[in-house]
Amino acid sequence: MIRRATRFLDERAGAAPFLRKALRYVFPDHWSFLLGEIALYSFIVLVLTGIYLTLFFEPSLKDTVYHGSYEPLQGQRMSEAYKSVVDISFQVKAGLLIRQTHHWAADVFVVAIVLHLLRVFFTGAFRKPRDLVYYVGLAMLMLALLEGFLGYSLVDDLLSGMGLAIAYSVVMSVPIVGAGLAVLVWGGAYPGIPAFEGRMYIAHVFLLPIAIAVLLSIHLLLIVARHHTQFPGPKRTERRVVGLPMVPGYVPRTLGLAFGVATVLVLLGGLVQINPIWQWGPYSVANGTNGAQPDWYLGWLIGALRLTPGFDVTIGDYTLIPNPFWGGALFPMLVFAFLLAWPTIERRRMGDRDVHNLLDHPRDAPWRTAVGAAVFSFVAIVFLAGAMDRVAVSIGVPYTWQIWIFRLALFVAPPLVFVVTRRVCSELKEREWTDVEPMQTARE
Amino acid sequence: MRRLGRWVVAAVVLLLGRGQRPRELPPPEPVVGGAAPAPKAELLVIGLLILSAAFAVAFVVVYAGGADTQLLGLALGLCFALLAVASVVTAFRLAPPEEAEEPYPEPSHPTEIAEVEQIVVESGRHLTRGKLLGLAAGGAGTALGLALLAPVASLGPVFDTSRLRREPWRRGVRLVDAEGRVLRAEDIELDTLHTAFPEGADPENLASPIVVVRLEPVRLDLPPDRSNWAPAGILAYSKICTHAGCAVSLYRAPHYEPTRPRPALVCPCHYSTFDPATGGTVIFGPAGRPLPQLPLAVGPEGELIALGGFSGAVGPSWSGVRE
Repeated sequence: MIRRATRFLDERAGAAPFLRKALRYVFPDHWSFLLGEIALYSFIVLVLTGIYLTLFFEPSLKDTVYHGSYEPLQGQRMSEAYKSVVDISFQVKAGLLIRQTHHWAADVFVVAIVLHLLRVFFTGAFRKPRDLVYYVGLAMLMLALLEGFLGYSLVDDLLSGMGLAIAYSVVMSVPIVGAGLAVLVWGGAYPGIPAFEGRMYIAHVFLLPIAIAVLLSIHLLLIVARHHTQFPGPKRTERRVVGLPMVPGYVPRTLGLAFGVATVLVLLGGLVQINPIWQWGPYSVANGTNGAQPDWYLGWLIGALRLTPGFDVTIGDYTLIPNPFWGGALFPMLVFAFLLAWPTIERRRMGDRDVHNLLDHPRDAPWRTAVGAAVFSFVAIVFLAGAMDRVAVSIGVPYTWQIWIFRLALFVAPPLVFVVTRRVCSELKEREWTDVEPMQTARE
Repeated sequence: MRRLGRWVVAAVVLLLGRGQRPRELPPPEPVVGGAAPAPKAELLVIGLLILSAAFAVAFVVVYAGGADTQLLGLALGLCFALLAVASVVTAFRLAPPEEAEEPYPEPSHPTEIAEVEQIVVESGRHLTRGKLLGLAAGGAGTALGLALLAPVASLGPVFDTSRLRREPWRRGVRLVDAEGRVLRAEDIELDTLHTAFPEGADPENLASPIVVVRLEPVRLDLPPDRSNWAPAGILAYSKICTHAGCAVSLYRAPHYEPTRPRPALVCPCHYSTFDPATGGTVIFGPAGRPLPQLPLAVGPEGELIALGGFSGAVGPSWSGVRE
């Protein structure tokens, strides 16, 4: 049976040599290598649940009146888009489960990508020959952020409208070209022409998912072409990779992880409410609400917008750079520029053009680990600042104090983190050497 | 003679070997590492798989019934959970504990690299105007790319920022509330915020919504050229924050004199705070310019009307907004 099937494929696709190699492809073993897989499986859940949602969602801003089963909205004017999502939540059987699973999967997807990125950064997995893989991964992270934002902006509930207003303002704030760009994309002044909803929709369900899927395929193909990295250990060298073969060992393991991810997402989707849009109500430019928070992965942007002191850059009476540019555009661009430039910076500074298949423990590269930790702490503080209003409500520290505490922390914490991290790494490394040396001398 | 000898040997071998089966090849070296049988673990996996199938069926049953979201999630989630456990048991109990190794791929292929270069170079060797050809091809490609991008301009008005300054407010336009009822001066109370729109205009235009508040006239500290903009202490400002376009929907009033000396308009997105008494100036937060003020007057029947347009551009700022 197996032989006949393989022969069938081999004679038509020449697949046998490939299959032979693929079945015994070696996966080095470490828990942190699973983070990327969690992102991959979340993406699959996103695609499947997303396809289901498109069968019911109405991407239209046409005015309508609600006469569905959710009493509090009875008789309200709203857009077709918002109404169809309320209907998915209350009228479509299993609709709410799928919708909430989709939303949770998006949040987990970005968590997994970010943790995966941190793992890759702090272990030096981005070095040659895997720098291309790293750049493709960063591109996917950027697309994932945009994709997530468009996803909850489509719904046309109060939160999505507030988010879009801010996005519009950030585009407007780009010096010189911003306003022209914004009226082009929105088809006019905010809230734009009705076709804007369709533009977001085609981007969210077609252009961006396909772009992510293509990049994902390239990401995986490039990894397979150079094989996985591994931590140094017995028999694990720059020339030989040691681990679990795809079959029979690795497949059940990764299936376990895939089903595990599905379990968590479906249980969250079924049991833990997320984005109850029927409570926010439909959007109108005249409406806003206190305590509005975006999905977690945009928290760093809202934090940056809030921490920026209030000023526009003006020349005499001419506004050059409006305020949202700093927090909403320049800050994320700088963070991504840092991440994109890092492999080059490190290669130049270390003069290191070698091929690296063995990973560093973070302590092995004190400078990289310290710089990474400092930058990470900066972004983390900005991220936390996005929750200042909630902190003020829950523990009563006034918002006006917090803003100064956070601004101070932004300048104090990263240098401190840099010094401490470098010190800790060096000491750990030293201790490791003093541990090893007596053994070596004994052997000699 | 020697050749004859060979023929004889060959004939003998053939004759003797006739009818005998070819000797069986030894079985191939095992590729996969062995493991001790674990019948109990196999039973466990079978049990888990059957149970997961049961939960899949339960999912369908719940769906066919009331389709309760929590029950659906539990059924499908547990089905996946059991599959996950079954896979993990398979991985750690049934799969042989192997440690495979293989060489990393060659880091570089110098021969092929050289050959690629050679092929490309030789393909163009006979060209006499190679550079010019390349330039022309690049130019044509760029031109085509730009041409194909041109229709993108149909998405919206191209760099027409004049429409950002359009507003429905003119002299004599009456203020109405969200339901379209005309607002009168006596409707506007102290210590609260009213939202109003221009009568008959599209409320979804960014320049439509305004906030209307009443201050005790002694509190007013407007610029001298706006001295008649606030009849009886009633003030109107654009409701759209000049920072990031959210609706300024919070009003800090009543206030606490020792720490918050005056009422203030607050945007809930990034907490830009504006002082209604002084013409919408920024007193806290990231906004870079004041809220545009709308001059008001009271009509013959006590209704509120606009005296003209806003004091500045409505909505988030852009390069040139102040000019």
